[in-house]
Amino acid sequence: MEFFAKLGRSTLNAFATTGRAFFVLVGAIIARPQLIKNTPLVIKQIYIVGVQSLLIVGVSGLFIGMVMALQGYTVLVDYGAEDSLGPMVALSLLRELGPVVTALLFAGRAGSALTAEIGLMKATEQLSSLEMMAIDPLRRVIAPRFWAGVISMPMLAIIFSSIGILGGHLVGVDWLGVDSGSYWSIMQASVDFNDDVLNGVIKSLVFAFVVTWIAVFRGYDLVPTSEGISAATTQTVVHSSLAVLGLDFVLTALMFGTN
Amino acid sequence: MTSRKVEIGVGLFVALAFVSLLMMALKVADQGMSGNGETYNLYAKFDNIGGLKPRSAVKVGGVVIGRVGEIELDPEDYTPVVTLVISADYRDFPDTSSVSILTSGLLGEQFVGFHPGFSFDGIETLAEGDFIADTKSALVLEDLIGQFLFSKDNDE
Repeated sequence: MEFFAKLGRSTLNAFATTGRAFFVLVGAIIARPQLIKNTPLVIKQIYIVGVQSLLIVGVSGLFIGMVMALQGYTVLVDYGAEDSLGPMVALSLLRELGPVVTALLFAGRAGSALTAEIGLMKATEQLSSLEMMAIDPLRRVIAPRFWAGVISMPMLAIIFSSIGILGGHLVGVDWLGVDSGSYWSIMQASVDFNDDVLNGVIKSLVFAFVVTWIAVFRGYDLVPTSEGISAATTQTVVHSSLAVLGLDFVLTALMFGTN
Repeated sequence: MTSRKVEIGVGLFVALAFVSLLMMALKVADQGMSGNGETYNLYAKFDNIGGLKPRSAVKVGGVVIGRVGEIELDPEDYTPVVTLVISADYRDFPDTSSVSILTSGLLGEQFVGFHPGFSFDGIETLAEGDFIADTKSALVLEDLIGQFLFSKDNDE
């Protein structure tokens, strides 16, 4: 009997959590968005979650591009196909690594910070104070952070991919001696703007939505104690990483699976 | 509320994102040939197009002059009709020109080789919508092997 009680309790909890998560989402973005009033808040949040993540995203992109060029070259040169280094680096960055690695870095760098910040606001009862002053914390605190994440991450992903392609050029062409002309021209022949670049942007939009949603919801929903904040921050990183990797498979199957 | 430093930072961030997207569009994906620039269409019927795909290159002596547009099956005689989208920089090819489907390298991708014919007096030039009469199909490896075995049988 105890087993069934546990099973029932955790099932009910899961449903209740999902319900609260949708409530936060609807309250923050769908119900009566205040675009003009919130713009300065959104810009400030874009600075915090987007601009301050530029360094880690740029450096990771550079090194991932460089490592891929190096690894790809050692395999391709055996087949005399080192000219295909360009499309290999560009396609894997645009389709997979750009959106996915950016989302993982974003979850660690910005998502955890969002959760901790909102969580501390809740623990110190700042959110309750806002409600006392008849200001909806969902719209004043959650919505700008949510929009900032959704806007920033696709831009970070596209910056990641371009820096990675330049990094691949640095190693492949300037160091290993692949011809610069064929690096770019074979890349141009095999990368399609709609199929590859735009699908990557769509992917990172989906990841941005999911990661930011998880981050703000975990912060808003946590138990307001120090243990609660630390548990919620951990959950943000773990859940958003798992969600990104799982969704990535589904999106890849939908976008690139059938052709 | 929003300080100047924040605004400058966000502005630079957005500008960087746009530069990256522009680089993707122009340098990485190359919208050049099919996206802009004037083009005209020629058509060619092949018996077998092998692995030719839309956006494959059309080359004269190795120089890309256009791309393959649509590939369709003629509903009357069931042969593939390939649309060749040629850049308007290269016009007035003689009517006697021929096209063949070639492979770059042993394992490379297939492209359309365009061979301009001789132009005499009274030979017309190819213009928008014309069919190229002289076509050579793709070489299919299995057919080649089949022919080889067949001719070997005949020898004995």
